[in-house]
Amino acid sequence: MLIGRVIGEVVATAKHASHEARKALLVQPLTLEGADRGTAVVALDAVDAGIGDRVLLIMEGFSAMTSVGRPDSPIDMAVVGVIDRLDLMPAASPPRSAEGE
Amino acid sequence: MQIGKIVGCVVATVKNPGLAAQRLLIVQPLTPELKVAGKQIVCTDATGAGAGELVYWCKGKEASFPFLPVEVPTDSTVVGIIDKITLRRGHKNEC
Repeated sequence: MLIGRVIGEVVATAKHASHEARKALLVQPLTLEGADRGTAVVALDAVDAGIGDRVLLIMEGFSAMTSVGRPDSPIDMAVVGVIDRLDLMPAASPPRSAEGE
Repeated sequence: MQIGKIVGCVVATVKNPGLAAQRLLIVQPLTPELKVAGKQIVCTDATGAGAGELVYWCKGKEASFPFLPVEVPTDSTVVGIIDKITLRRGHKNEC
C-alpha cells in the first residue's frame, strides 16, 4: 500500500461494467515527506474518499478487486482508507514535522 | 489504472490464438495534466476506444479479465473512455 492524495476525479461513460457505480479517483502517490512519487493514477474508491483526502492506495489487482467487491474484474488500483494521522519514530520523521494537516 | 491517449494501433497477422480478434491499441501514458508520462505501450481494448481518445488502462493479470471466459494473453487493457477529468492540486502535502 502507498500513501496518496486524492487530487481529482475521472468521469467515464464507456467503461467496463465492473467500474460502474464506483468513483474513479485520481490519486497522486506521495513520499513520507509529502513529495510526489511518480505519476498520478486512477483508482476505484472503496471507502467514499474525496478530493483533498490523504488516502491508502492499493496498487495490486487481487486486493483492489476484493476491496471494491468485484472479483475477476479489470481493477488494479483502489483507495482502501482515509488517513487521519501518521505517527513516525523520530528517526523516520520528515525534516519539518511528523504532524498531520 | 493510468490515464493515456490512443495514438495508433498495431496490426499483427501472426499472433497467439488467444489474441485473435483483439484490437491492439498504442497508448501514450499521460499525467492528469495531459503531459507525456513515459513511453507508449500496446494495449488490448475492452471499450471500443478509437484514435485520439483519452482513456484509462489497467495493467497486470487483471488486464485479461474483461475477456473472460476467454483467456487472452495480455498485460494491459484499455478499460474506460474518459469524458471529463476534475483536477484540484495544491493541497498541503505534509505527511
